[in-house]
Amino acid sequence: MTLGEFLTIDAPALVIAILACVACALVGNVLVLRRQALVGDAVSHAVLPGIVVGFLIAGDLAAGPMMAGAVIAVLVAAGAVELLRKLARLEPGAAMGVVFTVMFAAGVVMIETAVGDRVHLDTQHALFGSLEASLWIGPTDLSSLADPAVLAEIPPQIPMLAVVTLAVAAVMVLAYKEIQITTFDPMLADSLGLKTKSVTIGLIIAVAITAVASFEAVGTILVIAMFTCPPATARMLTDRLQSQIWLSVLIAVGVAVTGYAAAAWVPALMGLPSLGAAGMIAVIAGIAQTLAMLFAPRHGWLAKRRRRSAALPA
Amino acid sequence: MLDLFPPLAHNTLVVLTGAGLLGVAAGVVGCFSFLRRQALISDAISHATLPGIAAAFLLGYAVWGEGRSLALLTAGAMASGFLGMLAVRWIREETRLTEDTAIGTVLSVFFGLGLVLLSVVQSTSAGGQAGLGSFLLGAVATMTTNEAWTIAAVSLMALVTTSVLFKTFGLACFDPDFAKALGWSTRRLDLAMTGLLLVVLAIGLKAVGLVLIIAMVIIPPAAARFWTDDLSRMVTLSGAIGGASAVAGAYISAGFPNLPTGAVIVLVAGGLFFVGLLLSPRRGIIAEALSLRTRRRREAVRIALLDLAERRSLDPRSIKALRSAGYLDPVGEATSAGVAASATALRDHKAWQGFVLRHPEAAADMADWGHGRPPVGDSPAGGVGPT
Repeated sequence: MTLGEFLTIDAPALVIAILACVACALVGNVLVLRRQALVGDAVSHAVLPGIVVGFLIAGDLAAGPMMAGAVIAVLVAAGAVELLRKLARLEPGAAMGVVFTVMFAAGVVMIETAVGDRVHLDTQHALFGSLEASLWIGPTDLSSLADPAVLAEIPPQIPMLAVVTLAVAAVMVLAYKEIQITTFDPMLADSLGLKTKSVTIGLIIAVAITAVASFEAVGTILVIAMFTCPPATARMLTDRLQSQIWLSVLIAVGVAVTGYAAAAWVPALMGLPSLGAAGMIAVIAGIAQTLAMLFAPRHGWLAKRRRRSAALPA
Repeated sequence: MLDLFPPLAHNTLVVLTGAGLLGVAAGVVGCFSFLRRQALISDAISHATLPGIAAAFLLGYAVWGEGRSLALLTAGAMASGFLGMLAVRWIREETRLTEDTAIGTVLSVFFGLGLVLLSVVQSTSAGGQAGLGSFLLGAVATMTTNEAWTIAAVSLMALVTTSVLFKTFGLACFDPDFAKALGWSTRRLDLAMTGLLLVVLAIGLKAVGLVLIIAMVIIPPAAARFWTDDLSRMVTLSGAIGGASAVAGAYISAGFPNLPTGAVIVLVAGGLFFVGLLLSPRRGIIAEALSLRTRRRREAVRIALLDLAERRSLDPRSIKALRSAGYLDPVGEATSAGVAASATALRDHKAWQGFVLRHPEAAADMADWGHGRPPVGDSPAGGVGPT
């Protein structure tokens, strides 16, 4: 593997995977603490009809209309879930299940009828992602990194994901106090006059934007894995919100790199065809979380067992 | 539009039978996880089937040079779905992570593993035409008669098992402590219920696809819940809704081969759900809007009666409310009914105020009837809202 090959094939995929994983993990911290990890799952299904409508109106796969469509679809879904909870008195899980499956089904049917074969907007693609297909044509060696003509050729997902990741990080820093209080003590937040509802709606919009920006590149499943696994792993390791967020970012970067390596490089070394990178990153994230659940110093399963047996009289 | 209604060949009839029975079984079995507030556990189970399907395919391919047998793939699906279910339970019970995180983790990691295995499948020589794609979104169009019979038979078995254990399952949903006292092991009942769910989810993958099969066990129970509070009626209705949407969806999508069956079935079920949401006499939008109007009107009359009793001047809206209730005659004088009603309203109001002062906590509980209907009759707690 030459440096040029690395910059063309592996570097863009790696950068995309890292950016997407970090953005999702950042938002996921709030979801996991609010017991809303499945909102990530629901949102990434419910955006489908919005994306299709955005595509139909704009006529191409531009990010703007798709994003707008996705956000509108998610707000509709959130409203519908609220309605079902209040009016039909369904428990949140069932309400979410009804809404997101129906919206996803509507999106699938729209793709098959309205959009037809005009684009590569197909459902399997949305599930699997196309990490391997993002190539940076042009670079030959490190000097290309300073060459504006070659830099202009980087896959469009990279600047988009960079903007989204930075925006998510900025919002987390700016609204840190609000997020913290509304998550841990909603009643205190209410009594302080914080707008719990707007934080919740903002969170859902952030989930939608992160999901849409990421899943074109890495697929829905990896998005859901990144919303859940790195924050959950960090949650096993620490009790402090700030360290949990930093840890989850580190873990996200780590599993993205390890997963990509395990999918693309390890099989190549053994002379085998490469594996699905998005799926492999999710698997590595699962392994990391399993290790944390078993061996975490304080909250891990082993530590708890040891404490339990130590507490028993000999 | 004629191709909407393809001629019913023998094969189509068998496929519709299979899909219909599957729909009934999913609707029936889904009721129990719905009532135990665990609707989304099926999301984890259904996604967790993918690695099993891919592994079973690879196994079959390695041993017999052919991996597409539905029985083998379904067995693989059940095995890994079962592991996924155990994983959710272990994370929920043995770590500090909550159930939603457990479900999210299991569904995405297992599915990710499935994707990795699928990429292995793609690279084998059986690769491209493995047809495993139909397990994602479902395709009855490619279903053989044998496969349809298998689905029908397994669904029937699930239905029979459920009806044998029906009373116990109901007990486990509504009063697990009592079930325990009767000598049932909660763990085993949980396993039996989730196991049935697993069987139905796995057998339905081929027809509905694993992304949307969970709708088959969530939407029919939720739709049936609009119409009844009685368990056996709810289960029956849920089965009927599931069966009807499966048959209708399979029938429509058989005419459009590129329309994924799962999506059409879910949209039909969603339509039936929406009918309930709109028209249900107790939880529907229309009934709720009507009862809100009634409550508002009754509250307007009550306020007006208080004004009347304490001889305050009446604003036009109060006059209108009192007139329509027959408490005010055309001249503007209180009728005898109005005098009596205003005295009652004043007495109730004072009694309520006294009660609030003496038992503030209890009063707060009683006043909080949220969006539900106030108790029947003009009892103070019902007629007097938090003011």
